[in-house]
Amino acid sequence: MEISALGDCAVVLRVVENSAEDADKALEAVLKTRQQIETAQIPGVIEVAPAYTTVAVFFDPLRAGAAGAFIEKIRAALKTKWRRTRSASPREIEIPVCYDREFALDLDHVAQTANLNSDEIARRHAEASYRVSCVGFMPGFPYLSGLPRELATPRRDTPRTKIPAGSVAIGGAQTGIYPFESPGGWNVIGRTPQRLFDAQRTEPALLRAGDRVRFRPVTRAEFDNWRE
Amino acid sequence: MNLSILRAGFLTSVQDLGRAGWRASGVSVGGALDAFALRVANLLVGNQESAAGLEIALGNFRAQFHDDRLVAWCGGEFDVRIGSTILAAGHVAALRAGEELVINQSKIGSRAWLAISGGIDVPLVLGSRSTDLRANFGGLDGRALRDGDEIPLRNHPRSATAATVQRIFPWSAPREWSSTAKQNPVLRVVRGKDVDLFDESVFEIFLSERFVVHADSDRMGVRLEGAELRRQENVDLVSEAVAPGTIQVPPSGNPILLLGDCQTIGGYPKIAHVITVDLSLAAQLRPGDRFRFQEISLDDAHELLLDREKDFVRFKVGLQLQSR
Repeated sequence: MEISALGDCAVVLRVVENSAEDADKALEAVLKTRQQIETAQIPGVIEVAPAYTTVAVFFDPLRAGAAGAFIEKIRAALKTKWRRTRSASPREIEIPVCYDREFALDLDHVAQTANLNSDEIARRHAEASYRVSCVGFMPGFPYLSGLPRELATPRRDTPRTKIPAGSVAIGGAQTGIYPFESPGGWNVIGRTPQRLFDAQRTEPALLRAGDRVRFRPVTRAEFDNWRE
Repeated sequence: MNLSILRAGFLTSVQDLGRAGWRASGVSVGGALDAFALRVANLLVGNQESAAGLEIALGNFRAQFHDDRLVAWCGGEFDVRIGSTILAAGHVAALRAGEELVINQSKIGSRAWLAISGGIDVPLVLGSRSTDLRANFGGLDGRALRDGDEIPLRNHPRSATAATVQRIFPWSAPREWSSTAKQNPVLRVVRGKDVDLFDESVFEIFLSERFVVHADSDRMGVRLEGAELRRQENVDLVSEAVAPGTIQVPPSGNPILLLGDCQTIGGYPKIAHVITVDLSLAAQLRPGDRFRFQEISLDDAHELLLDREKDFVRFKVGLQLQSR
């Protein structure tokens, strides 16, 4: 496995070459690598962060010892057997989404690109099943794979300066949810009333890499009256 | 006892050494952009290194104390006063109840880290007292300070010693640790993870050209202008981890130097990474500043970090002897 330095306090392990061909397989391989490194409890490792095709290992050079020996410990960890634990098996999570016009700032644009009407876009988006490839960009932001191919829409040329919290959006072949108000270039097609991130919860992020996700369409009235 | 914020300044927030362990949930490390500066300031006032202090950007700050405290600060070239007394960076002052501390605008550099004996007493959120300004949690109600805020301070056994006759204590931190802002600084980098996506000539330009800090810079990153670092092919990369110090290059060719509040993953190619020791310099860059990069080896980067830490431990032992 290719291991390269990300500055002087982290290394990136390239787990698979390309996630586009088989997102599920890439995800499993990444989660496996993450668990192998975490289980090994290598001295000096601060945290392990998975992405699409890579796993980053952040370490404290003051405790990790010589760089060469540290990398060897990582390589040794990668050879250990992986036992699929309960926490590693995918959870199924349903997220309510309101595709109301007021929220769906870019639904028409996505519809035009796909050459479908906007109701059809919402229907197809809600019917598909997704997996969380990784969580990043901002606290609790899930990058979801599994978007129906025909809904793929390039990012906006000029990013919006403000995307409202809870916005469900399409960026290229991915879909995701903005947990907080933020600038962003993805095409917004709906909004969820559910909180994606709450620092006061034991597990602050609602979603984690590997989760299976479905969107359940809700009416504007359901959105307004929604309680967690 | 509280600290009363009379003037919060441009951007002042509660920060400690950051929030490790939550990257997989998309949470930035955050914390003092120059964590080393905060550690030094904390040691000076007798705190744990990890105590929460204030990060003050561009000065214009004024606060009143309601009990006796020791204070120290590190960072840019700020004019800091207690009444008519100047408090230089890396020195310790005793403040008495009712007195005010003023931090005026900086001549060079953009940030200062203020440690107060006892430390700031806000709740730990995900293991840290740092303010996450994007997701609005931690610190004081997850936001930057405002005029009129009351900041809770922890009690501290050493606070009583502030009643001593001396105003400024005789010991101080090494100047290179306490005054980190430089004119035309040189930031040392190691080769980026994606440097091979650029022509060797582009990397040479990156190392030889001077860059200017763009106004659109914040705790997430410093936008740079200068040579445009173009790639032959602008294929999108699959997003992966980035870290404070990472220099990424969007298709525009204008690099962005990421700081503590940066996102956890990004898709732009990483041409270089500022070494940890020089994040102190990066945290002082302000719009209009000119600087350049210099390449060193990864081994040298580690050695510099280890050496600084050895000196830090010696400094810590020395302080404990002096203040006994």
